[in-house]
Amino acid sequence: MNGQPVLEFRGVTKAFGEREVLHGIDLEIHEHEAVAVIGASGSGKSTMLRCADLLIEIDDGDIFLDGELITDPAVDAVAVRRRLGLVFQAYNLFPHLNVLQNVVLGSHRGHGVPRREAEEAARAQLARLGLDGREDDRPDDLSGGQQQRVALARAFLARPRAMLLDEVTSALDPELVGEVLDTVRALKSEGVTMLIATHEMGFAREVADRVGFLHQGKLVEIGPPEQVLGEPREPETQKFLRRLLEAGRA
Amino acid sequence: MADRRAERAAARRARDRRGFAIAAASTVLVIGGLAVLTLTSSGWPEVRDTFFNSEVFSDSFPRILKAFWLDVRVFCIVEVVVLILGLFVALVRTTGAPALFPVRLLATVYTDVFRGIPTVLLVYLVGFGIPALDLSGLPTEPVVLGGIALALSYGAYVSEVYRAGLRSVHPGQRDGALAIGLTERQAMRYVILPQAVRRVGPPLLNDFIALQKDVALIAIIGVSGEAFRVAQIDASTDFNYTPMVAAALLYLAVTIPLARLLEHWGYTEAAT
Repeated sequence: MNGQPVLEFRGVTKAFGEREVLHGIDLEIHEHEAVAVIGASGSGKSTMLRCADLLIEIDDGDIFLDGELITDPAVDAVAVRRRLGLVFQAYNLFPHLNVLQNVVLGSHRGHGVPRREAEEAARAQLARLGLDGREDDRPDDLSGGQQQRVALARAFLARPRAMLLDEVTSALDPELVGEVLDTVRALKSEGVTMLIATHEMGFAREVADRVGFLHQGKLVEIGPPEQVLGEPREPETQKFLRRLLEAGRA
Repeated sequence: MADRRAERAAARRARDRRGFAIAAASTVLVIGGLAVLTLTSSGWPEVRDTFFNSEVFSDSFPRILKAFWLDVRVFCIVEVVVLILGLFVALVRTTGAPALFPVRLLATVYTDVFRGIPTVLLVYLVGFGIPALDLSGLPTEPVVLGGIALALSYGAYVSEVYRAGLRSVHPGQRDGALAIGLTERQAMRYVILPQAVRRVGPPLLNDFIALQKDVALIAIIGVSGEAFRVAQIDASTDFNYTPMVAAALLYLAVTIPLARLLEHWGYTEAAT
């Protein structure tokens, strides 16, 4: 990898009370690269993404976005978040707004795009994700897969420097996972830089350029998917993958 | 298959008919029983003349209705003040900005103190206390002072209702709002507050109804021409309480439609 990383974690440490969730995380994500972080629930995957989006303050270390130190307390967190697109496991759509308003809100109020322009862009984005005709529906009237696609559209509308996907398929019924993965694949083929927390191994293998295994707050192994998922070096990774295999999830 | 379907439909109809018959019979029994019990009681003729006298009613009702207009105006103005004051206090108490610490402290003391004092006491304190200060520029009109007392008392209740609503919105909503690039203030205004307000409609209405009734309290600091006061004066002239019943009907004429309106609102909200 050459050039400056889009997103860089340097020795990032975060504890909730006594419990250390992230311990000295080092990770670089380069332009057009998709990095998947796998690991058991509670291993700190979501915390990593939330720290990068400045929803959680880190205790130690630094995070850089395009070379700029964003975890400095003096940095304007709102401006940083406008350059990133975080998508949540539970979608976190706004139930009092319709689909179109959900997608427009951040663009119009956050980024100051004129309403008409924001709506036009939102409609186009929704149509590309196969959600045309649903603009006036409330999120609750949509299936989980559709809701997550709206959330992806909402996060991607402002063309963020990197998308942060937090277990975007975990809340979905199995038959709905595919449509969301299709959307992420489409983002990947457009060259969108992504940091993905997931436990869909097949998805990590297919979409990610590199896969990191997070275990007890440490990135114990990172490399190409075929290596980390196929011939893991570290005993913890081997153990984790074996357990997944036994559960029929790999 | 078709037979079973017809059978089930017939059974359902029979069950509905039986349910309707039971409901009707039990209604007649209970309501009728209560009516008979009341109307055959030895004191009923006297009660009827004292509380439901049609002559007294038609004589005093127009006067009370006219007075009730004052109640309605005071209610409407105080209600608007209460909604704004309550929201302001709730928002102040919800923010974490360090610069607002003294305001937050005052807001907390305000809700604690003004919810804890009986409204009637507050009406006396404001109604007689403020003019006694003898400061120029302060209102001295009893109706204004009464309105201020009511606004202070209900503002404290309503701020707690708002606050409960704000806290009931899932933290994920704030995360979602921040993640799409909104500021804290925008997240509150466009995402959290609209959801909170929708949820607190029914409890807010409870406080509206209580306020509408408590407007009568301003009579105790010398506001003349208030409906309850007029009814009281009418009643005391001949010890006939029919004017009170007339006033009660007027209160119901406002509060019952309000309750139905909010119930309807609650349903439509749940549906969308």
